[in-house]
Amino acid sequence: MTGAAEFLGFTLVPMLIGTLAAMACAVPGVFLLLRRQALLGDAISHTVLPGIVVAFLLTGRIATLPMLLGAAGAAIVAVLLIQLLVRAGRVEPGTAMGTVFSAMFAAGVLLLERTDTAGVHLDVRHALMGSLESLVWLEAEGWHSLFDPDALSTLPPEFGRMALAALVIGAWAALFWRALAISPFDAGFAAVLGLPVGAIGLGLTLAAALAAVAAFDAVGSILVIAMFVCPPAAARLMTERLGAMLGWSLVFAAASAILGFLLAGYGPLWLGFPSSVSAAGMIATVSGLILGLAALLGPARGA
Amino acid sequence: MLGQALALGLGYNATLVTLGAAGLGFAAGMTGTFLVLRGRALLGDAIGHATLPGIVAAFLVMVALGADGRALPGLMLGAALSAALGVWVMGWVTRRTRLGEDAAIGAVLSVFFGAGVVLLTVVQSLPAGRGAGLETMLLGATASMLRQEAYLILAGAAVASLAALALGRTMLWTAFDPAFAQAAGIPVRRVDRAATALALAVTVIGLKVVGLILIVALLIVPAAAARFWTDRGGHVAALAGLFGALSGYLGAAISATAPALPTGPIVVLVAVAIFALSLVFAPRRGMLSRAARARGAA
Repeated sequence: MTGAAEFLGFTLVPMLIGTLAAMACAVPGVFLLLRRQALLGDAISHTVLPGIVVAFLLTGRIATLPMLLGAAGAAIVAVLLIQLLVRAGRVEPGTAMGTVFSAMFAAGVLLLERTDTAGVHLDVRHALMGSLESLVWLEAEGWHSLFDPDALSTLPPEFGRMALAALVIGAWAALFWRALAISPFDAGFAAVLGLPVGAIGLGLTLAAALAAVAAFDAVGSILVIAMFVCPPAAARLMTERLGAMLGWSLVFAAASAILGFLLAGYGPLWLGFPSSVSAAGMIATVSGLILGLAALLGPARGA
Repeated sequence: MLGQALALGLGYNATLVTLGAAGLGFAAGMTGTFLVLRGRALLGDAIGHATLPGIVAAFLVMVALGADGRALPGLMLGAALSAALGVWVMGWVTRRTRLGEDAAIGAVLSVFFGAGVVLLTVVQSLPAGRGAGLETMLLGATASMLRQEAYLILAGAAVASLAALALGRTMLWTAFDPAFAQAAGIPVRRVDRAATALALAVTVIGLKVVGLILIVALLIVPAAAARFWTDRGGHVAALAGLFGALSGYLGAAISATAPALPTGPIVVLVAVAIFALSLVFAPRRGMLSRAARARGAA
């Protein structure tokens, strides 16, 4: 295997998947942050696990579509339950969120532990931490493989899925830009303009769920939460303008993914350790460092 | 077998653990009441996740010193230090920048946990088997607990419960009416800090029982359930303590009959069952009684 093939198959492809996942989460993250709903991403990503387990129990196999549907369904159930607790039960929103996601996560863990999943790639550890490193492209033989349809068809399926999800989320943000730009700051004004405030909120929730569900499989729920919060929060400290904030958020997400992936893969080798460390964990750590720098130096950091 | 477990008949260790879990639940319920009433429910989630890097770092330090890396007191100390650092970072971010508490909680939760996962993969590269058992801290595992560990948890839970009882009145005043508490000379910020410290203590004591991912539920779910039954602060706290103790007791007992399952999710689901019953049936603020009153008024 040549150096180019190794770089393509074992570094570039998983790194790109991580980057796409990070950027897909960082877009809805901006709007969630501005609405002070940053923890909705936390709630949604915890509920993905029970959704996937139930889909597995119903279909008996690990297949992409049922799992995505199960996860998306669980995210919607969670949002509805939170709404029910807040509206009908008069529970404070943070408490409602914490109750619903911990209940669903606990149920997911127990279901998973009681199910025989020994033969398939499904466990709590994987759900939390993902396995970005394992999404390699074994057929890559060199740069020419990028133009070889047969080789390209063996790209890990997560790649195409993540690219599609990122595309859909980008299109959603572009399409509803004006509505999204107004409603977090002034719901009353948005309503006067005839913008459907409730529908915008629902759309945002669905976009966040799509990002979480698509990214979860590749990078695990902890990285999903980090990417929902850290790049948008760092971007908020850089600028007052929404467009620029979205741009910074995407830049920070991509930088975290690329730097984190390379540091996880090669950092330990430079320090003389024999093996690499968790890429998802390192990407989350790098995004936290970027946020820390923005909090210390960002031009718009002031309270 | 469940009957035996509930009657504390499954051996000395299981009895210690079950009593410890009940005490832990009591302290968690009382502390959680304060967090919930102050609108800081998800603080507990950040504290829980922020313990992971400290736990793994403590393991690495103890191994480097030639000790047993799994010694619980050392792991608990590491957990407390890194969770305290996480709390400090959250406070700094909300005070010094324009970011809200929700962003601070999400950032600390995910970044600390991510760093912990990185350290965990370092541990796994050590010679085989030495890191085994650390992952039980994620979701709790009471089945394999040592005698000393059970004593430690029981003692910790007792101290935390006493502290929660001693601070209860002050915490409630502050939670229900911060302005009045301030005027009455109660140092509100110090009370807030004491409650955070108590939540941190509950988290650290609960690592082996509930685990760091779900400890937030033991803090807030009993308090949220108690809120349906009464409007009086003292009663909410007492009831939350009771519900928490019941969740810990039943959860640990059920877990003793199913040693292969992690304990945390079982404890949490018991608490959630109490919450669901309260949500529907509680006489004052439950959904049924509310619906009946609405019909009566119409």
